[in-house]
Amino acid sequence: MIEHYLGLFIKAVFIENLALAFFLGMCTFLAVSKNAESAVGLGIAVVAVMTITIPVNNVIYTHILKKGALAWAGLPDADLTFIGLITYIAVIAAMVQILEMFLDKYLPVLHSTLGIFLPLITVNCAILGGSLFMVERNYTFPESVVYGFGAGTGWALAIIALAGIREKMKYSDVPKGLRGMGITFIVAGLMAIAFMLFSGIQL
Amino acid sequence: MGKYYKALTEPLFEKNPIAVQILGICSALAVTTRMNTALVMSLAVIAVVSLSSLSVSMIRKGMPGSIRIIVEMTIIASLVIIVDQFLKAYAYETSKQLSIFVGLIITNCIVMGRAEVFALKNPPGISFVDGVGNGIGYSILLIAVAFFRELLGSGKLMGITILKLQTEGGWYLPNGLFLLAPSGFILVGLFIWALRTWKPQLREEE
Repeated sequence: MIEHYLGLFIKAVFIENLALAFFLGMCTFLAVSKNAESAVGLGIAVVAVMTITIPVNNVIYTHILKKGALAWAGLPDADLTFIGLITYIAVIAAMVQILEMFLDKYLPVLHSTLGIFLPLITVNCAILGGSLFMVERNYTFPESVVYGFGAGTGWALAIIALAGIREKMKYSDVPKGLRGMGITFIVAGLMAIAFMLFSGIQL
Repeated sequence: MGKYYKALTEPLFEKNPIAVQILGICSALAVTTRMNTALVMSLAVIAVVSLSSLSVSMIRKGMPGSIRIIVEMTIIASLVIIVDQFLKAYAYETSKQLSIFVGLIITNCIVMGRAEVFALKNPPGISFVDGVGNGIGYSILLIAVAFFRELLGSGKLMGITILKLQTEGGWYLPNGLFLLAPSGFILVGLFIWALRTWKPQLREEE
């Protein structure tokens, strides 16, 4: 049983890395990776938000939205999956707003570092994508907790690695027009090629 | 009118949402393996971003700042569900190819970014024009990337064979890397390079 969850965790972190294998959450991935410190902050925020939102969405999906889930309320034929998108995003937006208020009150330094990007966690497709994958793969509740934590950790790992490379790159002589975002895209492309090595590993 | 013209044309190149503001990258990488999916996606994004900027701008004065994110997300998600149902009704094949990426327009940061940065501070008319401009700026890059990926990756454009493949008796050996997502990153990087060589004032000093 433990092995099953451990396998799921490793798969979510490395083999199915949301940032580098599915290319989700790119906007924040590229914009906040200028230095390792804020990358770590954002990484932690993403792990926290994903570990909470994916299980919550799992509960809502299995008990309310899924076809036949409303049988307890006397509606055995109800199928509410079409409002899934708006439900998941509402849960995510609410969680991010709560996190923003929490950071503003207790960790103002981190709040000012993350600045505009905290609202943008809501539109981080990694988080919505995680919920959609959870639905698509029919995870049970404990599996969704492990998947949420693993997927968030994988994303955090990728952004911290990219931030590390970008810090070292300050000393490189990059062609003028390519400086900044241009070279970051190419580095991310090369990292993605490296992560393709993990694809196809069976656990 | 100068103001409106500026709002429409600035996002095309000087403030291109993908290449300069670095917003909306995920879908730029995911739907660009074929020209026709890129075109449909572009139209969907133009519709959603312009209408959401218009709606957010209309209610900007009555909306408390602390719940603005949820309000904006609700507007955007409703618009995306309409676009999704519309595509399923009138372009079913393409909507199946786009699969989850129509849903992921909700999390396309261009839509949210324009609502946060522009529509919250400006009247409805100009916000709508700004939305259209940003949508078109996104489309230009999306279609340019899709052009190279489809041509070099499978020798076709819009599904019509341009370079005849070796497997079909032609001469062109397709480069499979262009169908995988790392090539999307590298192509967008090269486009940014080209844009900044053309307009040197956009260069970053690090």
